[in-house]
Amino acid sequence: MAEFNPTQKFEKIEHNGIEVRGLNIHIGDAHILKDVNVTIPKNKITCIIGPSGCGKSTLLRTFNRIIDTTEGVKISGDVLLGDHNIVKSHGSDLIELRRHIGLVPQRPCPLPMSIYDNIAYGCRIHGIRNKEKLNAVVEHYLRSIGLWDEVKDRLSAPAGRLSGGQQQRLCLARSLAVEPSVLLADESTSALDPISSKKVEQLFVDLKRDYTIVMVTHTLQQAQRVADHVIFMYLGEVVEQGPARDVFNNPQNELTKRYLDGAFS
Amino acid sequence: MKYRIIKDKVAGGVMTLFTLLSLILLVAMAVGLWLKSADILEEHSMWNLLTASEWKPMRNQFGFLAFISGTFYVTGVATVIALPTSLLMAIFLTEYSRSTVRRYIYPLLDILASLPSVIFGVWGTLVIVPIVSDIIGPAVGTATSGYTLLSGAVVLSVMILPLLVSLFIEILGNVEIDLREASLALGATRWQTTKHVVLKKGLPGIIASTVLAISRALGETIAVLMVCGNLIIIPDSLLDACYPIPALIANNYGEMLSLPLYESALMFAAFILFFIVLVFNLGARLYLKTIKTE
Repeated sequence: MAEFNPTQKFEKIEHNGIEVRGLNIHIGDAHILKDVNVTIPKNKITCIIGPSGCGKSTLLRTFNRIIDTTEGVKISGDVLLGDHNIVKSHGSDLIELRRHIGLVPQRPCPLPMSIYDNIAYGCRIHGIRNKEKLNAVVEHYLRSIGLWDEVKDRLSAPAGRLSGGQQQRLCLARSLAVEPSVLLADESTSALDPISSKKVEQLFVDLKRDYTIVMVTHTLQQAQRVADHVIFMYLGEVVEQGPARDVFNNPQNELTKRYLDGAFS
Repeated sequence: MKYRIIKDKVAGGVMTLFTLLSLILLVAMAVGLWLKSADILEEHSMWNLLTASEWKPMRNQFGFLAFISGTFYVTGVATVIALPTSLLMAIFLTEYSRSTVRRYIYPLLDILASLPSVIFGVWGTLVIVPIVSDIIGPAVGTATSGYTLLSGAVVLSVMILPLLVSLFIEILGNVEIDLREASLALGATRWQTTKHVVLKKGLPGIIASTVLAISRALGETIAVLMVCGNLIIIPDSLLDACYPIPALIANNYGEMLSLPLYESALMFAAFILFFIVLVFNLGARLYLKTIKTE
């Protein structure tokens, strides 16, 4: 067992960030995303900002196609990750592809099982059942998000008993345990208290070395703290995008300027 | 100016009263049945009544074992048929189907659930009984009239199926979509998500619904009575007739007054049924409590 590396269990995707071209999304009769073209750079934190209802969550949820759980959704265009076209993936390809793109949800949602099983779940569904390997994986990823010391004596306790902040870090570790290349965070700190929120935010900053991170943030301040790259959306369209410094300090578009000044939210 | 306060107090009081009345009714029923069974319990020991299968009221022999086993067999087999079927239906409807499918199926299930049981009895007599006597019986090499434990169980399972499906749909539908998405986002298939997350989360509710449906099945009378044969034997196979407790009471109450202990015996039968349902429900509640605290 000595040679088992808990971070190299699965194949990884070779990629250079995410490339979105001509993406249109309709849900029922509503045109939610209109001809979106964006680039998500590798190993950076990209923040999608914009007023509520602008389509930023929809865009995020397209990256792992979890948008498919919404009924009546129609997608066209291309979302490229390495050799894979996320929009054109179907069936088993899509299911396989989702492993490469982790999702940290808005509200912490531990699966209805123990702390241990929450982390092991992803490995189990992908066929790793060896107890020692699972132990190694659980320990590694709980350590990586700084939760190990807090929970190592009660790994078999239901995950629902953890505090909100601990649950959210657990969800992050759960996503990391299947070795994604991309991490999606949908307002992942909005339901947490300020201290837990800071901790999770800091984790994302630490993680960008190994992962390409896309965040939808509910506060501009958070985006200003963590973003390397910014996408500003309004009414389903991308208004402006670019390196965070440029967008925040020298916005080119009038709408972006007004949004950053707090004229609307 | 105090009028609205008085109204509030009166409303609260009336509601408490009605709630208490329903509780009192339950206790009164149990006590009433017990008192009415006193005559037979004076003459026969409880143990004898429950373990003997001879039922000859004319000769003062009252053994309830055949009826008790008939009740358990019919309900048990019906549950074995209905439970997996309804669970799979509910999973299909909540996890796999589109909302247009659901829009058409839900009202149908509601109609099926509200059909009077005598209609199920007629359907069983006209459809299930002939199938059992003409197809299933010959297929396994047994001559049978078709009025069997199997027919009773099939009819009963079809009766509790819509109830189970609609309860299960309610329960699975209440499992947060976030949980499903969390599982799917890890690369799980829909079936893995259903099995490990949705069903796991819904388990307490699934158990509670099953208990509710079984309680109803235990007491279901007319439809089962019409197809189960009503022979006082302990059934050895699915193709034997059986005679559940509700059928015993319904068939005989009203014509037993000439015999000294007959009425008391039937009251005791009712008490047994009451007791079975009660114990079953309490047991399930205790079990639910333990899995919820886990």
